[in-house]
Amino acid sequence: MQTPAPVDYARATSVEHALELLERLGPESRLIAGGHSLLPMMRIRLAQPECVIDINGLTDLDYVRVEGGDLCMGAMTRHSTVLASPVVGEHYAIFHEAERLIADPPVRNRGTVGGSFCQADPAEDLAAVGSAVKANLVLRSSDGTRTVPAREFHAGPYETVLGDAEMLTEIRVPIRPGSASAYDKVKRKVGDWAAAAAGAYVVLRDGVVADVGIGLTAVGAPHFCAEEAEAYLVGKPPTEEHLVEAGRLAAQACTPRADQRGPVAYKVHLASELTHRVLRRSVERAEGRS
Amino acid sequence: MQVKMTVNGTEVSGEVEPRLLLVHFVRDHLGLTGTHWGCDTSQCGTCVLWLDGEPVKSCTVLTAMADGHEVRTVEGLEVDGKLDPVQEGFMQEHGLQCGFCTPGMMMTARWLLDNDPDPDEDTIREAISGQLCRCTGYENIVRAVRWAAEHGGEKESEREPQESSQEVQA
Repeated sequence: MQTPAPVDYARATSVEHALELLERLGPESRLIAGGHSLLPMMRIRLAQPECVIDINGLTDLDYVRVEGGDLCMGAMTRHSTVLASPVVGEHYAIFHEAERLIADPPVRNRGTVGGSFCQADPAEDLAAVGSAVKANLVLRSSDGTRTVPAREFHAGPYETVLGDAEMLTEIRVPIRPGSASAYDKVKRKVGDWAAAAAGAYVVLRDGVVADVGIGLTAVGAPHFCAEEAEAYLVGKPPTEEHLVEAGRLAAQACTPRADQRGPVAYKVHLASELTHRVLRRSVERAEGRS
Repeated sequence: MQVKMTVNGTEVSGEVEPRLLLVHFVRDHLGLTGTHWGCDTSQCGTCVLWLDGEPVKSCTVLTAMADGHEVRTVEGLEVDGKLDPVQEGFMQEHGLQCGFCTPGMMMTARWLLDNDPDPDEDTIREAISGQLCRCTGYENIVRAVRWAAEHGGEKESEREPQESSQEVQA
């Protein structure tokens, strides 16, 4: 039987209250949202916070809306809400395709978007999606608000740039007219973490790639993205040859680890193949729109 | 710490350690052993119950987090001795073999039918994808859910007023 170590429990009633509790209880306290990453880690004692601060009551952080040219999601938005949101689907199919592959329905009812980013698991799908679409993350502390690009949010496995008494409140994605996106993942079974996964968006103009974002998960891509492959594609027509080469460049920058989900060579191959696939699907969708 | 919640419509309370997982509170403190405790890693889904009307894996929820909230377990499916159509369906279509995954399967199925009274096979398979049946009896589970859909699988809250209005008409 797996049981977390003894822990204290506090319940926050507002963002301000949560920040106040974080300050008062110190760095050994942790916010708990859906808990579907943190509690499994607490059960196997990989995480042993002194206190968990429950933020499930912060329903004002549970929303999806368009604001100031951005698609905005509150940090407490459940995966199931994102998956069911027509607004998300209209602007970024990549979120729907990723969410459909995250865990399973009961887990998605509980797990949150903000929790996914803050857990900073190297195999987290939304981290790759956030990097792919160049999202911005809104962080709050008693000092005020700052915005950090998703590509700079993760400091390493299970580490973020969040301060001890700071919390993620919102994910903002710039809406790019004419863009199209996609996500794909290889896993061993339904609900499993990725052996590898990739996501992308493209904007085509005058027959060439005007803008592109590529995200990769579980393959050790720096900051979950593939900048070299992106730079290569910009200004080029989206031919099969160029998309394959972009996949190769993306995989080249990856340093996956061998584990029960596969050896290094297999994961590098997946990084290349999946990048190529999501780029191709994005291009097809973008061409279908124009 | 002291917790209070509504379980299957009844107010319950208890003194628990904050680290106590909801599945253990329900089983060991309340004696509602219909909810099963399986893999401990939020994989198998046999511990699925409803928290505020949505299926969740209770091995991955602290009891403290359910304080003040509403829980429904598999014991809450039967009302006044009358089985839920989902339970009937599992009997009719042999939807269980060892029965270990059954509580999670049924709670997920009930929720699915409340939200989609006439689901096709793919929808059912997607809905139960958070549960593992070690007997691999998925075919019959899918048939059981279809049976429930065809035999009064509609939302209970919608069914009861209909019945009472029929009584009034009679």
